[in-house]
Amino acid sequence: MSTVQQFRTGDTPLPDVIILTHKLTREYDMGSELVRALRGVSVQIRQNEYVAVMGPSGSGKSTLMNLVGCLDTPTSGEYWLNGQKVSDLADDELARIRNKEIGFVFQTFNLLPRADALHNVELPLIYAGISAHQRRERAAQALQRVGLGDRMDHRPNELSGGQRQRVAIARALVNEPSILLADEPTGNLDSTTSTEIMGVFAELHRQGQTVVMVTHEHDIAANAARVITLHDGLVATDQRQAA
Amino acid sequence: MRAFEAFHLAIQTIRAQKLKSGFSLLGVFVGVSSLIGSCSIANGVNRYMTEKFAQTIFGVNTFQLRRRPIFTPNVPDSVWRAWQRRPRIRFSDADAVEAGLSVPVITAWQSSDNVTVSFGNKEARDIELTTASERYFDIKNLRIATGRAFTGEENRSGTPVAVLGEAVAKRLFTDRPPIGRNVRIGGIPYRVIGVVEHQGSLMGFPLDRFVVVPALSPAQNLVNPPGIVDAFLVKANSEGEMREAMAEAEGIMRSRRHLRPQQDNNFVLDTSEGVQRFWAGISRIIMIVMPGIVIVSLVIGGIVIMNIMLMAVAERTREIGLRKSLGARRRDVLQQFLAESTAIATVGAAFGIVAGIGLTVLINALSPLPASISPSSVIAGVIMGAGVGVVAGVYPATRAARLDPITALRQE
Repeated sequence: MSTVQQFRTGDTPLPDVIILTHKLTREYDMGSELVRALRGVSVQIRQNEYVAVMGPSGSGKSTLMNLVGCLDTPTSGEYWLNGQKVSDLADDELARIRNKEIGFVFQTFNLLPRADALHNVELPLIYAGISAHQRRERAAQALQRVGLGDRMDHRPNELSGGQRQRVAIARALVNEPSILLADEPTGNLDSTTSTEIMGVFAELHRQGQTVVMVTHEHDIAANAARVITLHDGLVATDQRQAA
Repeated sequence: MRAFEAFHLAIQTIRAQKLKSGFSLLGVFVGVSSLIGSCSIANGVNRYMTEKFAQTIFGVNTFQLRRRPIFTPNVPDSVWRAWQRRPRIRFSDADAVEAGLSVPVITAWQSSDNVTVSFGNKEARDIELTTASERYFDIKNLRIATGRAFTGEENRSGTPVAVLGEAVAKRLFTDRPPIGRNVRIGGIPYRVIGVVEHQGSLMGFPLDRFVVVPALSPAQNLVNPPGIVDAFLVKANSEGEMREAMAEAEGIMRSRRHLRPQQDNNFVLDTSEGVQRFWAGISRIIMIVMPGIVIVSLVIGGIVIMNIMLMAVAERTREIGLRKSLGARRRDVLQQFLAESTAIATVGAAFGIVAGIGLTVLINALSPLPASISPSSVIAGVIMGAGVGVVAGVYPATRAARLDPITALRQE
């Protein structure tokens, strides 16, 4: 493993650094008080890393997740994603980054209830402007990749929890994003299904996918190769572990 | 996202929420169908007035020399009394005008009143008796179905022969042939020589309840004093020649009546224009009142759609958050909801057009109003319907587009 770059403002991240945050802060003006959710987080995540972000509630892990997911912009500091500085991009540019670079997996799956699995997986491709024919093909491939090739025309309510999360993972993967960003991906699943989903993550990681996962469960975090713990808006620990 | 995708999505959503969408397109539906319905009535009446009504009463390129206008809506009593004091039109006036005209015309005398016509013990009451000269049939374009019209010779000699309207023939003779039979017109015996073709009805008034007899035959006394006509009909070959003939007729009449230049005419030269003007006025009123109804229902329709869309945005906040997290830009979300409201309104407008056309057909079948679809109202309906959808969708769609994805995703 190469040494971590000592990043300074004005630098460019090394080519294999997918995520780089530099002194990232995020403050919320709650009227009477200023909430400092992140107080200077500097993290580097390389290609094909499998990282779990942990921390008690209020530690800032959701805020970091939103920033890394380009759903929010930082108050100060830099955020580089896949070689592009995204911390000062405007709304629509961020939407494009989310579409191309990030695959979200949510705790509550967030599937469209009236659409079948295939259409749910197609969604990101619609916003990427890909033709209907290609969309269907690629969505079907993504579903096959998560082992749901035979469930494409099922609606979410015809699928089990684990299957739903697999559809969501397929949707996250369909645009071949730089990072798979999972927010408590097993939070709504029983332990057997959780293990199954962690198996999918492990396989994707093995295939070369960069995975960042926010969780508060230690045994889920144990699946990752690296665990970053946040506390009070700062990185408390950053440890590599044997998978 | 392409517009096509947005509309595809909109149609999917509408189909998934049939009832809700059904209610929301009701306003536009009512607006557009009333637009088309009322336009059809106005348009139909208009066309009827210009094409048929005026021709039926006056004939093409025809003017009438009369004591007062034939069509006199809303005339004050004083004017009416002044008209009543005017001298009547005489046979001699008609002859003088005819003799003095330089343009080729055909002319006819005409006087009318209601009488009872009887055959044996059968009676037809309230029949319009017209005493006329022989060219009357040509001017009014009355074609003979059976038998013949009377001749100039019969007119001049006052032969008691009668040409019946279809309804009168049916009433008196049912299916038996009426030609050659003797009827009594206001008690005076006449021989039937012809029956006129079916004329139908005009704004609900039957046009077949009449009988025409020679102007110089005995029944003239039932209608007017001797030597007097209600109208002298002059038909020219073209409108231009008609104008010329009218100017000549005016001069002839003024000199016959010894009118000084500053004196007004004490007669009228009436054309279908007067009637048409009157109806143009009515259709203008329809055209003024109608947009009110249409605008009110479209505004209500718009408000309903806006509310439904606001509800949809609130209900689907999570979906919007999700779409944004997956890469939907503001514009995509805006487009999606605009497409949805526009689709709802357009579907409403489409149903409205179908209903409007149905309404028109129904009006035609069940009422005397001659409704006829005006193509421009159909186009206006589509444009207005879609326009309402766009306008009503702007605010909800903007709200949806502005949603913060983080808060939207957190929404339960």
